[in-house]
Amino acid sequence: MSVSAKPAVAAPTRDAIATSAVATHQLIAFGVMAAVLIVAPFFVYPVFLMKALCFALFACAFNLLIGYVGLLSFGHAAFLGIAGYASAHAAKVWGFPPELAILFGTLAAGALGAVIGALTIRSRGIYFANITLAFAQMIFFFSLQARFTGGEDGIQAVPRGTLLGVLDLRHTYTMYFVVLAVFLLGFVVVHRSIHSPFGQVLKAIRENEPRATSLGYRPEHYKLIAFVISATLSGTAGATKALVFQLASLTDVHWTMSGEVVLMTLLGGMGTVFGPVVGAFLMISLEHYLAQLGSWLTIAQGLIFVVCVLTFRRGVIGEVGRLLKKPL
Amino acid sequence: MSVRRVIVLAAALLAVAVPAHAQISDGVIKIGIMNDQSGTYADLAGPGSVVAAKMAIEDFGAAKKNMKVEVLVADHQNKPDVGSSIARQWFDADHVDVIVDVPTSSVVLAVNQIAREKNKALIVSTGATSDLTGAQCSPNAIHWTYDTWSLANGTGSAVVKTGGDTWFFLTADYKFGHDLERDTEAVVVKNGGKVVGKVRHPFPTADFSSFLLQAQASKAKVIGLANAGADTTNAIKQGAEFGIVKGGQQFAGLLVFLTDVHALGLEKAQGLLLTEAFYWDLNDRTRAFSTKFAERHRQAKPTMAQAGVYSAVLHYLKAVEALKSDDGPKVIAKMKELPTDDPVFGKGMVRADGRTIHPMYLFEVKKPSESKGPWDYYKVRATIPAEQAFRPMDQGNCPLVKK
Amino acid sequence: MTVFGIPTQALFGQLLIGLINGAFYAMLSLGLSVIFGLLNIINFAHGAQYMMGAFVAYFALQWAGLGYWPSLLIAPVVVGLFGVLLERTMLKRLYHLDHLYGLLLTFGVALVVQGVFRNEFGSSGLPYAAPPQLTGGYNLGFMFLPTYRGWVVVFSLVICLGTWYVIERTKLGAYLRAATENPTLVQAFGINVPRMITLTYGFGVGLAALAGVLAAPIYQVNPLMGADLIIVVFAVVVIGGLGSIMGSIVTGFGLGVIEGFTKVFYPEASNTVIFVIMALVLLVRPSGLFGRTA
Repeated sequence: MSVSAKPAVAAPTRDAIATSAVATHQLIAFGVMAAVLIVAPFFVYPVFLMKALCFALFACAFNLLIGYVGLLSFGHAAFLGIAGYASAHAAKVWGFPPELAILFGTLAAGALGAVIGALTIRSRGIYFANITLAFAQMIFFFSLQARFTGGEDGIQAVPRGTLLGVLDLRHTYTMYFVVLAVFLLGFVVVHRSIHSPFGQVLKAIRENEPRATSLGYRPEHYKLIAFVISATLSGTAGATKALVFQLASLTDVHWTMSGEVVLMTLLGGMGTVFGPVVGAFLMISLEHYLAQLGSWLTIAQGLIFVVCVLTFRRGVIGEVGRLLKKPL
Repeated sequence: MSVRRVIVLAAALLAVAVPAHAQISDGVIKIGIMNDQSGTYADLAGPGSVVAAKMAIEDFGAAKKNMKVEVLVADHQNKPDVGSSIARQWFDADHVDVIVDVPTSSVVLAVNQIAREKNKALIVSTGATSDLTGAQCSPNAIHWTYDTWSLANGTGSAVVKTGGDTWFFLTADYKFGHDLERDTEAVVVKNGGKVVGKVRHPFPTADFSSFLLQAQASKAKVIGLANAGADTTNAIKQGAEFGIVKGGQQFAGLLVFLTDVHALGLEKAQGLLLTEAFYWDLNDRTRAFSTKFAERHRQAKPTMAQAGVYSAVLHYLKAVEALKSDDGPKVIAKMKELPTDDPVFGKGMVRADGRTIHPMYLFEVKKPSESKGPWDYYKVRATIPAEQAFRPMDQGNCPLVKK
Repeated sequence: MTVFGIPTQALFGQLLIGLINGAFYAMLSLGLSVIFGLLNIINFAHGAQYMMGAFVAYFALQWAGLGYWPSLLIAPVVVGLFGVLLERTMLKRLYHLDHLYGLLLTFGVALVVQGVFRNEFGSSGLPYAAPPQLTGGYNLGFMFLPTYRGWVVVFSLVICLGTWYVIERTKLGAYLRAATENPTLVQAFGINVPRMITLTYGFGVGLAALAGVLAAPIYQVNPLMGADLIIVVFAVVVIGGLGSIMGSIVTGFGLGVIEGFTKVFYPEASNTVIFVIMALVLLVRPSGLFGRTA
C-alpha cells in the first residue's frame, strides 16, 4: 500500500462534507430571520431597517476574517466607504442603473481588498491590526482630498434609479426588499464560504498553522482569499448603503467606523453565524435611541466594549448557542 | 333660542372650526430645529436657536389662536450623513413640517434635497451657502438671515476700499468655505484687488500654525478667514501668537458672530471689520427682543443666526395661519407673498428665489476702552440697504426665477 | 533665497512647526512603547489619557487657581493614578488572553472617557493660556517663534532623554527590561513583577498626561484632542519599533520633521505620509526600524 501524500483532510470525504453541510437548527434560524425581516418593514421604519441590514452584511463580512481566520482588521471601513463612493459616483455621474452601481462598488472594494490584503496578509495579531488601520487612514485622507468624493460635503443627491429597468427604487418598500435580497444573498455567500472545503482549510489554519503548512497548504493564499471575500462583501454593504441614503460621506471611511463594526461583531458573537446580524441590529437600535442625547452613544459603545471584553467574550449569539448547546 | 337655531349655529361653528384644522397635518405644526448643539457652531446657534424659536411661537400667540405647535431639536454634528438621516426620519416618521436653522452648508444642501423630495419645508438661518438661492434653489426652501454673497459684498469690498488689496485666503475645506472664498475673491478682483494665495484647512482645525506661516510668507496685506466659529477664533488667537498683526498684516473675518468676538475678547478682536444682519443694540425693538432672549439664554445676547430663527419661525406661523395649511411648498409660497415685519430685522420681504431681503450692516469691533460692558462690542460703520445687500436675482442661475 | 523653489522662510518655518508636532509624537509614542514593551498591550486609551492631562491642567486653573507649572506635576500624577486603577481592575484580567483583547478594552475605555468629557464640555475646545513666563516670542529672521512652542520642544527632549536614560542605563530600568524578557525568572529573583507592571502602566499614562499639559496652550483643551492624534502615534510607534525607547524618540521627532517637509513641497500628502512610511517599514522590516524581533 503506497503512502498517500495527502491524507483525509486535504481531500474531504463525503462524510466530512456532509457534516459541514447546513445543520437543521441553523436552517430554522435562517428561516426565522428571513421571515422576521420580510414582515418587519410594516411595523418598523423601513429606512432604519435598511441601515441595519447594510451594517449586518458589513458585520458578517468582517466576522469572516476575525471569527474564521482569526485576523482582527482595524481598517474595514476603507472597503465600506470606498464602495460607497464608487457606487455613488457611478449612479450619479455615470448614470449607472442601481444594480450596476452596486456591482461596481462591490468590485472596487474587492480590488482594494486584493491590494491591501496582498500587502498585509503576512502580518498577524497586533501588527495586522495596526497595518490595516494605517491603510484605512490612507484611504481616509485620500477620500478627504480627492475631487470626486466631495470631501466634507460627500457625494450628495445620488439617484436610486430603477432596478433592472422595472423596479422604481424611490419607493421605500421596493428599496427595502431589494436591500433585504442583497443582504440575504451576502449572508448565504458568507455561510457557504465557511461551510465548505475552503472553510475547513481555514479552520485548520486557525487551529494549527504549521501543521496545515506541513500538509501542503499555503496559508497565505487561503487567508488572502478570505480577506478579499470579506472586503468584497463589505463593499456590497457600502455600495447598497450609498443608494439607500443617496449619500456617500467621510463618515464611512473614518476609523471610528472600523471600530464600530468590531463592536457589532464582538457584541453579537465573533465566529458565530448569526452573531454579526444580531450585533448590528442591536448597535443600530442603540444609535437610534441615543443619537440625540449628546455623547451618550459613545459612552454606551465604550461600556459595551469593556463589558464584552471582560465578561461577555462569546457575545449574545455565542451565549445563546452555548445555552442551546448548538452552534449558531 | 329654538332647537333648530342651535343646530344651525353648531353646524356653522363646526364648518368653520373643522377646516381650520383639517389641512394642518395631524393637527400639529411641528417645527424641527436642526443644528450643531455641542461643537464648533454651538454657541452662535445651538440651544440659543431653540430659545429663539420658542419665543417666536409665544409672541405669535399660538396658544390663544388654538394652534398646536411643537418644537423638535436635533444635533447634526456638522455632518451631512447625520443631517440627512435626521431629516428623513423627521419628515417620514415624525411628521415634521418644517426644518429650521441648519448651520454647515454641506448639511444644508443635503437637507434641501430631502425637503424637496418629501414635499416639506426648509428655512435656513445659520447656514451660509449662497447656492441655496442660486443653482440649488427650490420651491421648498427659504434662505433667511445672510449668505456668503452678502458677507463677501459687505466685508470684502469694504476692506479692499480701505487699502487691503492683496489677499491670502485661509479656507475651511467644505462647501461653506469654498463658497465664501469664491464670492469674496470675485468682490476683491472686481474692486481692483489681487488674490496672492490660498490654503485649505481641515474642518475643524485646532492648530493653525503651519497655515498661518504660509499666510505670513505670502506677504499679503489681508488674510481672509473663509471659515467660522471656533476655526475663526483659533486662527485669530494663534495669529496673535505668531505676530501676524504686529508684522503688518490684517485679518478679515469673513463670517464673524457676536459670540466669536465674545470668545476672543476685545483686546484681540478690536478693529475687526465684519458684516452681520443683526446686532442687539441697533434700535429699541432689537434691544427689547435681545433682553428677553438673554434672560432665557444664560445672559448671552442673540447672534444674527438665533435672531434669524425667531424671525423665520414668526413669519412661517403667520403664513400657516393665513393659509390654514402646513403643506410645504404652499407655505413657502405664502411666505414669499406676505411682507415680513418683526422686531429683529424690521420690514423686509422674501424674493422669488427664496432669498429674504433685509438691510445688512458693516460693523467694526470696538476698542476695549470704547465698550461699556459685556456684549457692547460693535459700532456701525455702514448700513447696506436691502436691495443692494444681496446678489441680484438674475445673477444666481436659479431655475425658479423667470427671465 | 529659495531651496527647490521654496523660500527658506517657508521651509524652515514649517520644519520648526514639524519639530513641535514631532515633540508630541515622541512623547506619546514613548509612553505607548514603554507600555507595550512590558505589558504587550496597545494602549488605545493613550489619546484619552493625554486629553485627561490637559483637562486636569484646566481644572487646576479653574478650581484651585493652580497654574501651568504645578500642573506639569499634578496632571501626570492624577492621570497616572487613574491608569493604575485601570490596570489593577481591568487590564490584569486579560493578560492570559490574546493581546487583541487588551487593545479592544482600552479602545472601549477611550470611548467612555471621551464620551463623558464631550457630554460635559462640548467639542469646540476650552481656552488655556500659556504661562506668562512663556508668552511672547523671538524673531528668528525666517520666522517668528513663539516662546512657548520653543519650550515644548526643549522640555519634551529632556523628558524623552531622561526616560531613555532611566530605562536603559539604571538598575530600575534593567529590572524592567529583564521583566519584559522573562517575567517568571525575574519574579523568581524576588522582584515584584505585577507591581512593576502596574507602575509601568501608570508611568506610561503619566507621560501621556504630561504631553496633554504641554499641548493645552497650543491645541486648546478639547475632549477629542487625543482621538485622531492617537492613530498617528500608533503609526509612529510601529515605525520606531514597538518596545524600543530610542526608536520612539527618534522616529517621533523625525516623522514630525518629515511631515513638516511634506507640507511645504506636497501639502496634500502631509496627512498620509506617516502612514505610507509605516506601511513601507512594516513590509520591509516588520519589527520596525529599531525594534527587536518579537
